Amino acid sequence: MSKHTFTHLDALESESIHIMREVAAECKNPALLFSGGKDSIVMLRLAEKAFRPCKFPFPLVHIDTEHNFPEVIEARDKLAADLGERLIVRSLEDSIKRGTIVIKDPDLPRNPFQSVTLLETIAEFGFDACMGGARRDEEKARAKERIFSFRDEFGQWDPKNQRPELWDIYNTRVHAEENIRVFPISNWTEMDIWEYISRENLYIPSIYYAHEREVIRRGGSVIPVSHLVQPKPGEQVEVVSVRFRTVGDMTCTAPVESTAKNAREIIEETAMTRITERGATRMDDQTSDASMELRKKEGYF
Amino acid sequence: MTTQTQLLRFITAGSVDDGKSTLIGRLLHDSKSIFEDQFSAIAKTSEKRGMAAVDLSLLTDGLQAEREQGITIDVAYRYFATPKRKFIIGDTPGHEQYTRNMVTAASTANLTVILIDARKGVLTQTRRHTYLASLVGVPHIVLAVNKMDMVEYSQARFDEIVVEYRAFAAQLDLHDITCIPMSALVGDMVVDRGDNMNWYQGPTLMEKLENVSIAHDVNTRDFRFPVQWVCRPQTGEYHDFRGFMGRIEAGQITVGDEVTILPAGRSTRVKEIVTYDGNLPTAYAPQSVTLTLADEIDISRGDMMVKSDAMPHVSQDFSAMMCWLSESPLDRNRKYIIKHNTRVVKCKFASVDYRVDVNTLEQQANPVVNMNDIAHVTLKTQKPLVFDAYSRNRATGSFIVIDEATNNTVAAGMIS
Repeated sequence: MSKHTFTHLDALESESIHIMREVAAECKNPALLFSGGKDSIVMLRLAEKAFRPCKFPFPLVHIDTEHNFPEVIEARDKLAADLGERLIVRSLEDSIKRGTIVIKDPDLPRNPFQSVTLLETIAEFGFDACMGGARRDEEKARAKERIFSFRDEFGQWDPKNQRPELWDIYNTRVHAEENIRVFPISNWTEMDIWEYISRENLYIPSIYYAHEREVIRRGGSVIPVSHLVQPKPGEQVEVVSVRFRTVGDMTCTAPVESTAKNAREIIEETAMTRITERGATRMDDQTSDASMELRKKEGYF
Repeated sequence: MTTQTQLLRFITAGSVDDGKSTLIGRLLHDSKSIFEDQFSAIAKTSEKRGMAAVDLSLLTDGLQAEREQGITIDVAYRYFATPKRKFIIGDTPGHEQYTRNMVTAASTANLTVILIDARKGVLTQTRRHTYLASLVGVPHIVLAVNKMDMVEYSQARFDEIVVEYRAFAAQLDLHDITCIPMSALVGDMVVDRGDNMNWYQGPTLMEKLENVSIAHDVNTRDFRFPVQWVCRPQTGEYHDFRGFMGRIEAGQITVGDEVTILPAGRSTRVKEIVTYDGNLPTAYAPQSVTLTLADEIDISRGDMMVKSDAMPHVSQDFSAMMCWLSESPLDRNRKYIIKHNTRVVKCKFASVDYRVDVNTLEQQANPVVNMNDIAHVTLKTQKPLVFDAYSRNRATGSFIVIDEATNNTVAAGMIS
């Protein structure tokens, strides 16, 4: 008999494939949320592993803040096209035009409003399950979230009223108007994601790798200069070698200083790093110790 | 065959007072899994609360409501890694009313750490946690005798506790128990050995977690393949492709093996084991694969493929140990839904045979089943299930019960 090794990545991969197949089989109209970020790119590969040689039994959906880095949008469109899968894009701008999102300043961070457009998109297409690439290691509030997480008709998450999740038997049943968020990579860590990107040789947006960028230093963070973020009087623009650990809203996603040019070097850096992914890069989660939890209750992924 | 998995799932059971959060904090801290921003956040909070040293237990406080109450109320999952293994910790509370949370977290665990306070010794909750671990079939137990610093690191006290604990555990179906004296507060025998208990020769907690053999925690003998999804592309080169997708829940399968599809009972041979990364000659639990078969047989989701030389039970009637999870008690006049592997069927409860007092292990004749109760029940399903006894196969002996009216998961069952 041949020697057979089953690594932690194999175990995580098999679990995620199993979850995606359960969603496809039991939910009537699922969708896969796909942003072009690294976690959702891992989700795409897992979906390929789960369903090929068939087509995906769900479309890809992106809720676009229009504050995204152009490299990420490019990657989103390229990957969806290469796979030949259907990509649905809905923009916060549409919600703003409809008047369902009212913002004071178009240049301020838009993550808090993403849930509005997401819920409108869910209603438009009648999705009963949305798969997302959130991980439990990202934030304390996520550590307690189930893999199948229920939302009431207002899209709200109640941390005290979650269904117990036993073995690998998932209860996917919902009433009309309710829906589920499913997190197939709940048990993956940032390190697992990078190891998988390296193992599978996945294409990810170039801004995840070290590059020279104009930045300003504001409140302890390194902030990229863009058409949305300009230096204030007295702030100095520097050119620094940086990479992004997450790629969200351009106005509140900070890069880290780095010289890692490929996934292997990022794994080495990640092994050494002493700051959490969200702590380093998401200014909106730093407002208070519980800000992610508050956003989740309001319907954020 | 050696199946080396480097992923270990374990849970911690014990109350806040036993220093459980401190133990987890200590594991994370001493294995260098705590990040600077996390550490500075809890250092700030510790200072605000007037503590002399950084309170490592703050690391595992999850949600806002709990932080306000200062207690842990649900199951939270934590992740850390050493060069040998990746770990997933299911952090469960020790309060009596949360039996269901421990059962939930234990259902996927390879190992349970049962925490006791060396000053208090074996308590009712220790017995409860140990019984629940055996009920849910967690393969490995570590008894962590914590707060040894409070009993002057006394070997006599440790030995006394171990004797009492082993006498109790001998009544249960537990095969691997390791007792470790430690101080999570000081750090002795968690990751580092420390200098305070040189009389102890066994492994530290971390050594046990890194080295416990888990290759046989899944059933490696009886091939079980619940069909999740049928793939029929009906295009181009795949015009005639019919792939049966699923996860191998137990055993292994090789191209050419004879398989029987249950409950219908027809047999054929495996033609190919298809994966995205190419076809395999042999596949093992818990791999997710796609199988094609030599003959065209009508197979759909909910069917189970098995090897013809290791047959499971096929029946509409069975009995099970059950943990009731819902605030509404079991109503024997109602029908419920069972999800067992990929099969979803209606069921009714023919009888509640007895309840188990989780504190004394006594069987009580009582037909009322409330939240957190453990009961032995007899069920009848509308259609046959394909199953094994839970003690033989966790994957095919477990099921959940769903209330059709609320869609809530109301019970966890383990087939006798």
